[in-house]
Order: sequence, then structure tokens, then C-alpha cells
Amino acid sequence: MRLAGLYMLAALFVLLGLIFPDSYYVTVVGVTVCTNAVLAISLNLLMGYAGQISLGHAAFFGLGAYASAILTTRYGLNPWLAMLAGLGISGTVAFVLARPILKLKGHYLAMATLGMGIIIHIFFVQADWLTGGPDGLSGIPEISIAGWPINTDLRWYWVFGTLMLFSTWVSLNIVDSRPGRALAAVHGSEVAAQMTGVDTASVKAQIFVVSALLASVAGSLFAHQQAFVSPESFSFFFSIELVTMVVLGGLASTFGALFGAVLLSILPEFLLVFEDFEVLIYGAILMIIMIFLPDGLFVSGSRFVTQLLRKRDAGR
Amino acid sequence: MIDQLFQFLISGITVGSVYALVGLGFTIIYNASDVVNFAQGEFVMIGAMSAIFLYGAGVPYVLALVAAVLITMVVGMLLEKLAIEPAKNASVVTTIIITIGASIFLRGAALLIWGKDIYGLPPFTKDVPISIGNATLLPQNLYVMGGTALSVLLVRYFFDRTMTGKAILACSCNRKAAALVGINVNRMLLIAYGVSALLGAVAGILVTPITYTSYDSGVMLGLKGFCAAILGGMGSSMGAVAGGLLLGVIESLGAGIISSGYKDAIAFIVILGVLFFKPGGLLGQADSERV
Repeated sequence: MRLAGLYMLAALFVLLGLIFPDSYYVTVVGVTVCTNAVLAISLNLLMGYAGQISLGHAAFFGLGAYASAILTTRYGLNPWLAMLAGLGISGTVAFVLARPILKLKGHYLAMATLGMGIIIHIFFVQADWLTGGPDGLSGIPEISIAGWPINTDLRWYWVFGTLMLFSTWVSLNIVDSRPGRALAAVHGSEVAAQMTGVDTASVKAQIFVVSALLASVAGSLFAHQQAFVSPESFSFFFSIELVTMVVLGGLASTFGALFGAVLLSILPEFLLVFEDFEVLIYGAILMIIMIFLPDGLFVSGSRFVTQLLRKRDAGR
Repeated sequence: MIDQLFQFLISGITVGSVYALVGLGFTIIYNASDVVNFAQGEFVMIGAMSAIFLYGAGVPYVLALVAAVLITMVVGMLLEKLAIEPAKNASVVTTIIITIGASIFLRGAALLIWGKDIYGLPPFTKDVPISIGNATLLPQNLYVMGGTALSVLLVRYFFDRTMTGKAILACSCNRKAAALVGINVNRMLLIAYGVSALLGAVAGILVTPITYTSYDSGVMLGLKGFCAAILGGMGSSMGAVAGGLLLGVIESLGAGIISSGYKDAIAFIVILGVLFFKPGGLLGQADSERV
């Protein structure tokens, strides 16, 4: 029962892939949706459950992508080993930065994570001997799983969807585990958590690393799927977009983050109609939802439905 | 070498003046309403853009500048009225996203009205470079520094000596108590946003003859203003001014001596260093946390 939502999600994902294997919305937009969903879910572990805001999550996505891109194109490394190396780099960066950064709170934490993201982004742009500079790196080889080359949109849909389901599973399990409850305690009150014997610094550091690792895998796969990386994909704006996904869906809800990711990934497709007004409308939607539904669409929506059901039961 | 350092210092203080004004505006809003306003940089852009287009439309220079400042103040007050006030009691994350939404919205509006081009504004007076040794500075550099100093003094006067300024300070100390002694809290918040927008517009108008502007130039400026406010100690207005100037000088020296490409990175590395080792900022007090 605890994982019922996950099974429903998996069923939906498989059905969509089987029924609409040629649809642009399933195989192309679907891949973007799944990528963003993995990132939003991993960020939500940090923001929603541990209550630690991060305005630099795109940096880890970028570290994974660039590690894969650089190691496979410049050094001819096997893609899977490159992905592992990316995990190593992202994990190390996250581990080293976790304690000093997560010691901070509120606006200071926002500033520090934002600074981290911007510094890493500037590195991608400036270190052109390694990263190809603003033009990025192209010619990233395709990958194959057990001799099955991932070379069509539909196959990428299966790969990213599997990663998305895996992230959902990880997230749901962490939340219901002992460290997850420690995180919830940290979110409630850090001092109280310490008093009950939670090593808050190490719990926060662990979730920061887990969240960075998930983003890094998504980044590595993204690099292979696009066959091209450039710094633009990992900018400050993308970090903000990720935060928006998490908050839009509703903090501290795995499916909320997922919902936010789906919504924000599809929204630009519809806003394209508005052409020049796209940016304006995007900003307006953000403000309006946050002003009137600060708990997020998914969380507010599901609360509304439960209340409705309860009323109906009471009426009987 | 000395001349070169002097040159870096001049450009550093010029850019730093803008950071100082943005940081000051940032701090005023933060103190009055506990909101970190990510749309602060947009005020700079709107001030500069409005001035350029009013002047381009044939409005006399001085009048165009004044009107641009007024337009920006109206935008600032609208932001408070339409986006911040309805979201009372929102959490830190929520208000951050609201102001980010506002900044995207304003940027989108600017893109729609003015397009993607880069614009300049003619300098206040004739552009005859002044040489000091082997370093040169433009009269506009002096206007930026002087204008910033004057604005900072006026802001100080406003908060130290006028009834309205003191009322705003009272709201930032304790909103409920301020309301109890008869202060109209909502109106004070509105004024605080207006003053903050005014500072942004002034910064934009002062510096645009040197740096030019475009619809998206507010983003980095806003972030740097945030840096300045933190460097000086969040909540301390004179700290934000000092932080802004310091940040400008460090950035300019770093760009000149190390690498101009890493200019922005240097600013953020300094900020991370400060946050890790002296989180209260350079001038701020170490704050104690309530449990």
C-alpha cells in the first residue's frame, strides 16, 4: 500500500510508452519530463524533507553531464565508467561542501547554494581547454545496455522513465526509513532533533550527497541523450526552475515534486503559442500560484480531495 | 603598476557604487518585510530602460530621468501591493519564489516592450576624460560616486530624522507593536518598496552611460546586491553600502589581476568564504537563533 502510488506511476509510464510509441509528446517531451522529475525529486529530498533550500542544484546535474561528456569524448572512456566517475566527482563536491554550507540557514543558505551553483557554472563557461567553453562539447557517443544501443527517442524514454521510477522509489523509501524520520525531525526543529540524539550535521550532509548523486546520474544520461552539452543547460536559471518545480507541486511530497516537474516541463510547450508573451506569462503563473496556493498545487489539490471525501462520508 | 591598480580601483568603486545602492535597497525591503527581493536588480534595469526610451521619445533629459525614477517607484509599489501583501505569513521559500516570479515577469515585460537590444544613455555632461597620472576617469565615474554618496546620505537622513522613516524602522522592529501605536503598517511597507525601487532606478540611471543596459542586465546586479547585503551583514544598511563598494573593488582587482572571465566567480567565492567563516557578515552582529 505504501508504494501504491509508485505502482500506479509505473503502470501509467509503461502504458504511455506502449500505446503512443510514436508520439512526440511521449517520447520527446516525455524524456524531458522524466529528467526534470528525477532532478525535482532529488531536490525535494533536500528541500522538502530536510527543509534545506538549495538554489544551486543544477550544478550537480552539470557535473554529471560534463564528467560523462569530457571523459568519453576527450579520453575515450567507457560511458558507464564515465558515469561512475561523474558520480564520484559530484559526490565528493557535495560531501566536501555539505557541512560548511548546510550549517547556514534561511537566506544565508540560499545565498551559499546559489553562489556554489554560479561558480560551477562559470567554471563550465571559462575552462574551455576542458569543457569547450560557451560552445560546449559535442559528439558524445551513444550508450548501450547489454548490447542494446539506446539510439531512438522511444528507447531513451524507457531509460529515463526507469531512472524516474527508481528515484521515486528511493525517495519514498528514504522518507519512511530511520534517516528519513531524522530528516523530518531536522525540518521540524533542528535543536529538538539534536536533543533527541540525531546527528543533524551528518544527516543533512548525507541527504545532500544522495540528492547530488541522483542529479549526477540524470546529468550523465542527459549528456549521452543530447550527444551535446553546453553551460546554458546548467545555469542559475535552471536551478531556479527546479526549485520552482518542487515548490509548485508542494514541498515534502515526492509525487508533488513529480507533478511540478511534469507541469513545468509541459508548460513551455503550450506557452509557445504565446510567443513573445511566454516569459511574462511564466513569471505571472509562478507568482499567482505561490500567492494563492503557497503549499503547492499537488498538496493543496490532494488536501481538497480528501476534505471532499471526508465531507461525503460525514454526510452519509 | 600603481597606475593600473588605481585604474582598477576607479572602475571597482564605480561598479561597487551600483552594488551598494542595490544592496541598500535590498536591505530596506528585507528589514521592512523580511523578504529577500530577487526582483531588486529589475528595478535597476527598469530605471535605466525607461530613462533611455523617454529621452529617445523626445522628453527633455532631466525630465526623462525624473520620470524614469517615478515609473520605477510605481513598479516597486505595485510589486508590494499585488505580490507581497496578498502573500502574508508566507514562508521564506515561498516569498523567494514569489519575488523570483516577479523578476521573471518584469524581465518578460521589458523584453516585450524594449526587445533584446543593448542600449546606452548619453552621459550627464560632456565626456572629457580626466587623467590622473596614467589613469583616466570619466566625469560620469564621478557622477556615479557622488550620486551614490548623496543617495546614501539622503537615505540615512530619511530613516534617522523623518517621522515616516522612523515609522518604517518601527515596523521592521516589531510590526504588531508599530500597528498598536498607530502606524499604518501597510502604507509603510509600500513606502519602503518605493524607496528601494527609487535607489535601484538611481543606480541604473547613474551607471548606464558607462555600462549600457539590456532587458536582462538586472539579474546579475540583483544577485550582486544580495552579495553586498550579506557581505556587510544582512539587515545592516550601511553594511550593505560598505559591502557593495568592497565587492566592486575586489571584483575589479580580481578581473584585472587574475582573469576577467572569472570576475563573477571571484565575487561569489568571496561570499562563500565570508559565509563559511564569518556568517554574520563583516559589519553585522552574530545573530542568535530563537528556538
